[in-house]
Amino acid sequence: MTAILKTFDLGKEYLLGGSTDPYETLRESLKKLPKAVASHLLGRKTQRNTFWALKNVDVSVETGEVVGVIGRNGAGKSTLLKLLTRVTEPTTGGFDLYGRVGSLLEVTAGFHPELTGRENIYLNGTILGMKRAEIRRHFDEIVEFAGIERHLETPVKRYSSGMYSRLAFSVAAHLEAEILLVDEVLAVGDAAFQQKCVGKMGDVARSGRTVLLVSHNMNVINKLCNRVLVLREGEVVHDGSVQSGIDTYLCHESENVESTWELAEAPGDDLVRLTRACVTDVGGAPCGAFDIQEGIQLELEFTVHATPDYPLAPNFRVFEPTGGCVFMTFDHPNHHERPVYHRAGNYRAVCHIPGNLLAEGTYYVTACVSTRERRIPHVFVENAFSFRVHDTMQPGSARGSVYTGPFPGSFRPVLDWEHQVDQTTETSPTCLTHS
Amino acid sequence: MSLSQDSNSATAAFTVDARDTRGSIAMPHHPVVSVRAGRRNWVDASQLWEFRELLWFLMVRDVKVRYKQAALGVIWVVLQPLTMMAVFSVIFSRLANIPTEGVPAPLYLFAGLLPWVYFASGVANASNSLIGSTSLVSKVYFPRLLLPSAAVGAALVDLAISATLFAGLMMIYRQPLSPQIVLLLPLTLLLVILVLAIGTGMAALNVKYRDVRYVIPFILQLGMFITPVIYPLSFAPEKWRPLFYLNPMTGIVAGIRSAVYGLELPVEAMLASTVLTTLLLFGAVTLFRRMERTFADVI
Repeated sequence: MTAILKTFDLGKEYLLGGSTDPYETLRESLKKLPKAVASHLLGRKTQRNTFWALKNVDVSVETGEVVGVIGRNGAGKSTLLKLLTRVTEPTTGGFDLYGRVGSLLEVTAGFHPELTGRENIYLNGTILGMKRAEIRRHFDEIVEFAGIERHLETPVKRYSSGMYSRLAFSVAAHLEAEILLVDEVLAVGDAAFQQKCVGKMGDVARSGRTVLLVSHNMNVINKLCNRVLVLREGEVVHDGSVQSGIDTYLCHESENVESTWELAEAPGDDLVRLTRACVTDVGGAPCGAFDIQEGIQLELEFTVHATPDYPLAPNFRVFEPTGGCVFMTFDHPNHHERPVYHRAGNYRAVCHIPGNLLAEGTYYVTACVSTRERRIPHVFVENAFSFRVHDTMQPGSARGSVYTGPFPGSFRPVLDWEHQVDQTTETSPTCLTHS
Repeated sequence: MSLSQDSNSATAAFTVDARDTRGSIAMPHHPVVSVRAGRRNWVDASQLWEFRELLWFLMVRDVKVRYKQAALGVIWVVLQPLTMMAVFSVIFSRLANIPTEGVPAPLYLFAGLLPWVYFASGVANASNSLIGSTSLVSKVYFPRLLLPSAAVGAALVDLAISATLFAGLMMIYRQPLSPQIVLLLPLTLLLVILVLAIGTGMAALNVKYRDVRYVIPFILQLGMFITPVIYPLSFAPEKWRPLFYLNPMTGIVAGIRSAVYGLELPVEAMLASTVLTTLLLFGAVTLFRRMERTFADVI
């Protein structure tokens, strides 16, 4: 097999601060001119504040591979795709492509709101690099896939946003390209259309075309890709198997895994001060993202200055992004009739959340230390840390190994079920399968 | 499958037909696209031909969009030169007594206004074409030169409509045609090239310096009075004449009017216009291609 896409030391540097000011005025430029000329003549390099969006990327992709590109926001995923589509130029290195590139990035970019659906199909198709004949050949498929038959002659500005992005995706998806670049477009439309898109992507992948797929959706990555690149701060930190790639990504992706304070500035009152709050994996290592089946540990470290009248209760409140409280938890009273750690000193409390309990999503944790009987909150830190739960579709979760559709709810416990057939009625399982 | 030998050829991408590579993918021996840092990776002007379909669709878009949801639609195209003609014939020929070289004043003015209105709308549209398509420029790869070119091309439709109106006016006034009218074609071509040159240059500068947006209307307003649009070139004092030749529109406007009405051709001015337009075109394209590589990052 030969490579269809090859990058050599590919890098992109962006200017930060003053000189990147995109709308530089002529006057500013003229003002800077003498200085620039002088430093140029003297051979002095002007100090510039730069940042590398992408660094030393050496990747070779073979025909037919479906490569997932994952990483946090700002890790360089979009920059990589932007370079490959030649929208922007590399600062270092370069790349070779041995086939036509189609991109499902920013599919609506070529649309003009005043033009009708039909006109936009032709315009956008041509902008994406299709020949008129090619568009004509696929016209009916495009319209049907987008499901806009009745609105072909309507200006797209009157489309619902779902119709708009469906049409855009549909045009781009019908481009005959050997290399397809896809970025997060699977997020367009409603659940049914997303499902359709994933299906279409699967068809593309199976048709032997090469796909680079950028997504935050681990389900899709896991389902479609046979190789994963993980980017972190512009560099490739993993290139290989899907599962280990997802693991690498998940363990470093969370924004705010840990909060620590110097005792002098620590939140709290005269009695208790919080010095550290964090989320860790079962091994105790700080980690912000978990597979749905993994256990999660919430940790608190606090300092008690005096002996309180009533026992102290460290507790956590776990919130959803929408602000709803998923649950609150504190040290179970029956376990400690006589709590041990409520004299002056430094303490650490750990709460264990079992795997297969929280559904996928992001959770924000409020860390508290209160006095149990009097309910005085001594420490109350909102959003002390956050973590994410992902469903990577591994067998063993409540999802089982067959169902891949939407799974609502904040909790996803694996529960026991019991089945009985009521022998007194006519309907038996065998009858059901026949009907 | 014919692949360009030039490994840097970007347009070669479009000569690969995916249909015959779908089942069993035949690998081209040369990369279809090869990009290196610091190298000129953008499309050559000569390769623009490959993108003629896109140019066409962009032009069609510009034309269609312009008068969508305007009750009067295309009437606006002729309304502007017609009103200008009416107002100027009253003010300048009747009140100010500016000579019109024996041609009825409305006709004389219209012949000057026609190229000027095209120049003004072409330059204005082209210079805003890049910053008006921010999402395209920052998200899709295609030769950016197409955007100002399409704007200039779309303005040609307006010119054609007004020219038809003009022909009608000529007939109403029973104005005889002179054999010099054959010069109309090369002069119009020169006009289009000039608009293209100034338009692309301004479009490129506009991406980096938004000052251009404010400068253009100002220059266009002023330009109409330093160009012999509403007065004959002979109206300018002899010793200031060479200064007028520095304005590339002088030769074109005066030339077109002389060609239509069989007046004495302003040969010096026309030559000056040709030279200046050529220089401007090369300058503008060079500038555009130098700035093009950073458009997506700066816009």
